[in-house]
Amino acid sequence: MKPLDWLDQRTGYRKLAHEVLFENVPGGARWRYVWGSTLVFCFVLQVITGIALWFAYSPSSQTAWESVYYIQHEMWGGWFLRGLHHYTAQAMTVLLAVHLMQVVIDGAYKAPREFNFWSGIFLLCLTLGLSLTGYLLPWDQKGYWATRVATNILAITPFVGPELQQLVVGGADYGHHTLTRFFALHAGVIPGAIILFIVAHIYFFRRHGLTPKEPRRRPDAAFWPDQVLRDAVACLAVLAVVVFLVVRNRGAELGAPADPSEPFPAARPEWYFLFLFEFLKYFPGGTEVWGAIVIPGLLMALLAAMPFIGNWRLGHRFNVAFLWIVLAGSGWLTWLALAEDRANPDHAIAVAAAQREAQRVVELARSPAGIPATGAVTLLRQDPLTQGPKLFARHCASCHRFDGHDGLGGQPKDAASAADLKGFASREWLAGLLDPARVATPHYFGGTKFKNGKMVKYVREDVAEYGPEDRKLLEFTIAALSAEAGLKAQRDIDRRDEALIVQGREALVGPRMNCADCHVFRGTGDAVGPELTGYGSREWLVAFIGNAAHPRFYGERNDRMPLFGEDKVITPGELGLIVDWLRGEWFVPPPAATR
Amino acid sequence: MEPHPPPPAPARRNFLAQAAAAVIGAITLVIPAASGLLVLLDPLRRKPAGGGAVFVANLAAVPAGGEPRKFPVLATRVDAWNRTPDVPVGAVYLQRLPDGGVRALNVACPHAGCFVDYKAARDNFHCPCHNSSFALDGRVLDPKSPSPRPLDSLETEVRGGTEVWVRFRNFRAGVHEKIPV
Ligand code: FES
Repeated sequence: MKPLDWLDQRTGYRKLAHEVLFENVPGGARWRYVWGSTLVFCFVLQVITGIALWFAYSPSSQTAWESVYYIQHEMWGGWFLRGLHHYTAQAMTVLLAVHLMQVVIDGAYKAPREFNFWSGIFLLCLTLGLSLTGYLLPWDQKGYWATRVATNILAITPFVGPELQQLVVGGADYGHHTLTRFFALHAGVIPGAIILFIVAHIYFFRRHGLTPKEPRRRPDAAFWPDQVLRDAVACLAVLAVVVFLVVRNRGAELGAPADPSEPFPAARPEWYFLFLFEFLKYFPGGTEVWGAIVIPGLLMALLAAMPFIGNWRLGHRFNVAFLWIVLAGSGWLTWLALAEDRANPDHAIAVAAAQREAQRVVELARSPAGIPATGAVTLLRQDPLTQGPKLFARHCASCHRFDGHDGLGGQPKDAASAADLKGFASREWLAGLLDPARVATPHYFGGTKFKNGKMVKYVREDVAEYGPEDRKLLEFTIAALSAEAGLKAQRDIDRRDEALIVQGREALVGPRMNCADCHVFRGTGDAVGPELTGYGSREWLVAFIGNAAHPRFYGERNDRMPLFGEDKVITPGELGLIVDWLRGEWFVPPPAATR
Repeated sequence: MEPHPPPPAPARRNFLAQAAAAVIGAITLVIPAASGLLVLLDPLRRKPAGGGAVFVANLAAVPAGGEPRKFPVLATRVDAWNRTPDVPVGAVYLQRLPDGGVRALNVACPHAGCFVDYKAARDNFHCPCHNSSFALDGRVLDPKSPSPRPLDSLETEVRGGTEVWVRFRNFRAGVHEKIPV
């Protein structure tokens, strides 16, 4: 016996192969029959890339984002793998819609193929379930907030909603168990069910054969090789589109890590759920259940009833029209959602902020300190560049400005009534303060009661009269005072001008500048105005913002400046973040070339 | 391949054997299934932590003009096996009232839980998700808003004349009544 005969006798593989490859295709191979195969191909691709991702993914609220970050930015080809998985999921949704359309238009759902159709609908739902669960797994802001909304909508399901939500979320709050559950569904339960239903779907398909598109243009042919070739070309085309998207977008997006206390106004679901998201806007308080559950449920029921409706005389036309209407309606809603966001400047700001934080956290994660065991969310919470502007907007911007805005680019309700703090204590900032033309503008003392104070008078009267010699001295004094701050941005010029700064220090307490008349500098002078020793340094600023009414600073003449530390308006940690941000002290990644 | 001989039809008196096979089969499945189900249903008995009053901010940090300001609420967060003290568990808008008291509104939108924004220019709250809008006291402004109820107000207390304490909790989204979760 030849070895292959032996193998066939033991396994019966020839019969199987014959059945698989020589299925009859009535009317010969056609391009319109490829959609089912492209979907199987996508699923196989998702299984392969998904398992590879699984080897590196860790579902918990301290490690999910971190492990995805690691895949995306540190592992060989990780961005490409994740990109393939991400964009193939989107391709699958599109192909599902196309496949459904083709089946309905060709009448392939009608008797005796009801079960074939129903198993297909079920596969559609399961695939959407994969998208919904997969969206959360990176545990970034986008996935977190979209899932919060989705599971809150689940909770309005009549009778069992709240319990259902609690089961899905894995407790009363989102956390470790939300991830373990979503992951078990995403990587185990749903794919398992999909495999079962694909087997059933193909079994039913083979049982009743293909529904030919009339008129048949050619004689019947076997599945192999003509139809297989067409299927293969279609799969290649799908892959080409996916790879193009992956490469063009440098893989899938990864937002900043989920933070339940950080609002995320850019929250939007994946694009193919946008129509549902938009739909909900039209259901005023309390009628949401119609938009979220009843109407979509009815539409699905109508879809499932198509085989029966199709028996009716005009049924087929009704089915086709219904599907077109649903698709067009969804498309219209999607367009509305996108158009509204495009027209909304707040949304653009929110998206820009989200991108900034996503980028920043990666910089911090790649810093020498790396990601602490508490997770990457700590990196952003302790980053002056991220928190400084927010804290400034919350606590300082009702009086101060930063470069003309509230730190975040917005405009507070009231006009500025205290100094603009961008570049505080830098040479430039001090030169403006000591400029007779600028000292009394709102940029400096204009909005405060010091507008008529001694300092303004000194600048406007004495400094205004300075001759060239004195101007030189003033320049040295500014350099010396600014050097007290030890600003990172001035490190080089401070070092370069060391000799000049020494002269400046002398001038500061000397008879011409005579700052010591009202300020204490390195032990000399009268404490009328704020102390100038260490002016603008971290210690000085922390102490000043902590208690501006301290005798070392304004004392009793303090003008409306809250005692942020003394009165516990902000915590020492927040104070440090504001000061570090004002002083430009934050981690800056080394230039790419030296990495 | 030789064809399989057809099995003999089961005899009626085999009933006992059939019943026994079904019961034993069921038992072998019930035990693993039930033990799995039990763990699967465990989250149903988990209650949210907290509900007690927590210190949120100093009165001095709340703008005197009655304009709302957002503050994170720090408390102990329990996430399954982790217990982390002093981390943000949510956020509130605090506003001073003319009578010297403080109003606290949970920032979570009662529609589906997005965080609402205070819009200084319009002096009201707006939800960036499905466009619900709320007045400063939390009332729904636009009747077309998808939110089924006003923003959730929380009990506050000013301790020692300077510290604002809030009984922080979340409420079920999407329903008319304010039901704590
Ligand atoms: S979550 Fe606020 S309007 Fe929907």
